[in-house]
Amino acid sequence: MSDVVLSVKGLRVELEASGADIDDEVEFTIHSGEVLGLVGESASGKTTAATALLVHQRRGAVVAGGEVVIKGRDILSLSPVELRKVRGGLASYVPQDPSMSLNPALRIGTQLREILEVHGFGASDAERAERIREMMAEVLLPGDRQFLRRYPHQLSGGQQQRVAVAMAFACRPSLIILDEPTTGLDVTTQAHVLRTVKDLARTYGVAALYVTHDLAVVANLADRIAVMYAGRLVEVGPRDALFRGAHHPYTRRLLASVPDLAGKYALRGIPGRAPLPGKRPPGCSFADRCDYTEPRCIEAFPPYEGPEEHRVRCWRWEEIARLSLQNDFVPRRACDASRGATGPVVSAKGVRAFYGTTEALHGVDLEVRPGCCVALVGESGSGKTTLARAIAGIHPGKVEGEIRLGDHELKRDARHRPKADRQAIQYIFQSPYGSLNPRRSIGQILEPPLRTFFDLSRSEKEDRMVEALEMVTLDGSLLGVYPDQLSGGERQRVAIARALVAKPTVLICDEVTSSLDVSVQASIVELLVKLIDETGVAMIFVTHHLPLVRTLAQEVTVMNVGEIVETGTVDAVLADPQAEYTRNLLADTPDVDRTPF
Amino acid sequence: MPLAKHILWRVILGFITLFFASVLIFMMTNLLPGDPARAILGPRATPEKLAILREELGLDRPVAVRYAAWLGDISHGDLGTSLAGMQQPVTKVIGRRLYNSFLLVVLAAFVSVPLSMGIGAYTALKRDTKLDATATIATLTLSALPEFVIGIVLILLLSTQVLHILPPISRLDPFAPYLGQLDLFILPVMTLTLAVLPYIVRLLRASTIEVLESEYISMARLKGLPEPLVMRRHSLPNAVVPAIQGTAMQLAWLAGGIVVVEYLFAYPGIGSALVDAVSNRDYPVIQALSLILAATYVFLNLAADILTILITPRLRTGMR
Repeated sequence: MSDVVLSVKGLRVELEASGADIDDEVEFTIHSGEVLGLVGESASGKTTAATALLVHQRRGAVVAGGEVVIKGRDILSLSPVELRKVRGGLASYVPQDPSMSLNPALRIGTQLREILEVHGFGASDAERAERIREMMAEVLLPGDRQFLRRYPHQLSGGQQQRVAVAMAFACRPSLIILDEPTTGLDVTTQAHVLRTVKDLARTYGVAALYVTHDLAVVANLADRIAVMYAGRLVEVGPRDALFRGAHHPYTRRLLASVPDLAGKYALRGIPGRAPLPGKRPPGCSFADRCDYTEPRCIEAFPPYEGPEEHRVRCWRWEEIARLSLQNDFVPRRACDASRGATGPVVSAKGVRAFYGTTEALHGVDLEVRPGCCVALVGESGSGKTTLARAIAGIHPGKVEGEIRLGDHELKRDARHRPKADRQAIQYIFQSPYGSLNPRRSIGQILEPPLRTFFDLSRSEKEDRMVEALEMVTLDGSLLGVYPDQLSGGERQRVAIARALVAKPTVLICDEVTSSLDVSVQASIVELLVKLIDETGVAMIFVTHHLPLVRTLAQEVTVMNVGEIVETGTVDAVLADPQAEYTRNLLADTPDVDRTPF
Repeated sequence: MPLAKHILWRVILGFITLFFASVLIFMMTNLLPGDPARAILGPRATPEKLAILREELGLDRPVAVRYAAWLGDISHGDLGTSLAGMQQPVTKVIGRRLYNSFLLVVLAAFVSVPLSMGIGAYTALKRDTKLDATATIATLTLSALPEFVIGIVLILLLSTQVLHILPPISRLDPFAPYLGQLDLFILPVMTLTLAVLPYIVRLLRASTIEVLESEYISMARLKGLPEPLVMRRHSLPNAVVPAIQGTAMQLAWLAGGIVVVEYLFAYPGIGSALVDAVSNRDYPVIQALSLILAATYVFLNLAADILTILITPRLRTGMR
């Protein structure tokens, strides 16, 4: 095997104030030319661990122990001056969100040049300029003076991330740390960036640590994968071995909550939530969510076990490794063809929508039948949300065309619609952090639709609210609680409950899972499937993520730049896409290879 | 080019603001109790004499006509004739004093803005240390004190009771070069600086803290840039932007605040001119000075808007 570039042992990062561990006992190595995927859900401590390798912490956190060795240099014992030489020179960093990480006040040329200058790369300005041109060519961007004189906001998200990648590779580092660099990018752009990173790492023998919450993203990229849960690595192993025979129960459940593009398996969430720093138990932190828990799991956190190349921290790993992955997977139920035999409950015909004078939707049609879910899929700027909002009557600009609910035409603006129409169509927004008023209790959030649409007594209202909470598998006792006491997934359930109390006939879900962790996303999708089955509500599910569509929707409409590209049943469109755009979208969508089963 | 168009539009808006200000100023001075003719002739003037003088001054004409005539004269640079003393043109009465006040404000601005921005940025960098806490308490205390109290304390400390190193009053000799009288400027400039400093310090401290928490500063550090470069190139240009408007407001306040400070130090500027004019009911001078102060406010805010656009790439390029 090639030489070790990075070796981490017993890394611990604490909160300065309380001494609570954000990360502990983190151990892994990366060899030159190798990509290690560090996978974990939000608050698992993965980003903290990644930036700790360069001794950089957010305020209030501090590296409290362990050893980080990059190319034989003990990073944690370096002086500030030596450390500065390592950062950007020996080891570089690609940030999560380039739109936030590139300085808005500086030209990209300046930002590229300065990293070469401070690390003394190249003997002259001319040599450095040549190096910049070279790097820009590697990331497939123009390297001319005019382009380099641009400011970050004059670049697209994908271009910004390419600039960040070029910057990271500029001084020929030995190690590169990528912190979810494709979050927020469209799948096509994401695919390009991932390919570039992989090629560069291979070509220059760079060791790469790729941090992500999405197993599917690293499925094609990483050689090995490390899974992080509540600040600890629970499993580190070769990619294929891990995907096809994960030893840790958490890894298995995480795999089951990744949407399956092939559509063999239904999404399955992980109930509960990971313990936060300071509230972590002495035993295994996954024990309370695990199907295999036994007394010793609660007593002590298991050590790293198993062979050197595939290590796992679970007392029962040998047993579990022998179990088929099928134990954790539920086969996907086939689409019910009998659904939607009746006419559409909501329909749009030749709908055009404008932002100011710019036309964003160029005459699109959509039909949704009761008990049926239609997925609206597209990249940013495709007009999917605009269409959903036009139907809901909350598009801020002009809308033309015909939108019908049942047997009658709807007014353009929801404020002009009669009460019954407003009650019939309920909208759930993307971010449960933004859509719930933080100053209102859950009860106060759920009550207004009841007050507006129904004439109920106090106790009747309360019964309805509790009923709605129970439908979204929340406890009725949450009525007095405020949103900030809930997790992201719980908040989104409350947002769904708020739509449900109105007893709608059409439910519009706008990217409702995109701000949630995969395991939570899977639970929300499970919930939506159950709701359609139980209430017969019609659903429009807006998403940029094709694999999600499989478990949930019967029909799919693919959109691009304000037009409908393709429409049909989910199975037909995903198995045999007719439009080239859909084919490309499918090809660029990362997927986990579950071949052996 | 839309940027030029945008600036032109702002300038036009500025003039519209000034127009309304001029209406208000003219109306207020004409609604004040007392009558210029009576003020000039004294309490024992006969009604006949008063009537003659009123006619001479044009006070018998309708207010709107007088306003139009006044505005017309101003557009030619004629601010009218002072009613007091020698009845000189207003421009002559306030000319020298205006220059003195302008000098004072500019000096105070040149000292206070860089100083307070420097302190603000530095305390942000040293956030939550003893130095930061001390600076916070000091600036809060200062901002709680009116400027004349600060001035008096400075006089006590530096010119009378404790030390005797600076002159307690600043009566400039208009016939000698100012360069030789620089010591006379020190106390007024110090007072004004201490009066505007706390607000700008707090503004810049807050905006720098926000910038230092930003991801692009983390990125700059993770690129291995030395800390001085991170501060100078990456932090300051972004931290200054949100502080520009507030700084402009403070400078505009400076222009008004000199009235009190000039009086305290007997500095021959527009402040003392305004005090004299009010007690003499010298309407043309009051109107001229009020309009000049209003124009200063409008100009400083306009300058702040334009500066903000020019140093924010997103705004600047968005206009192209």
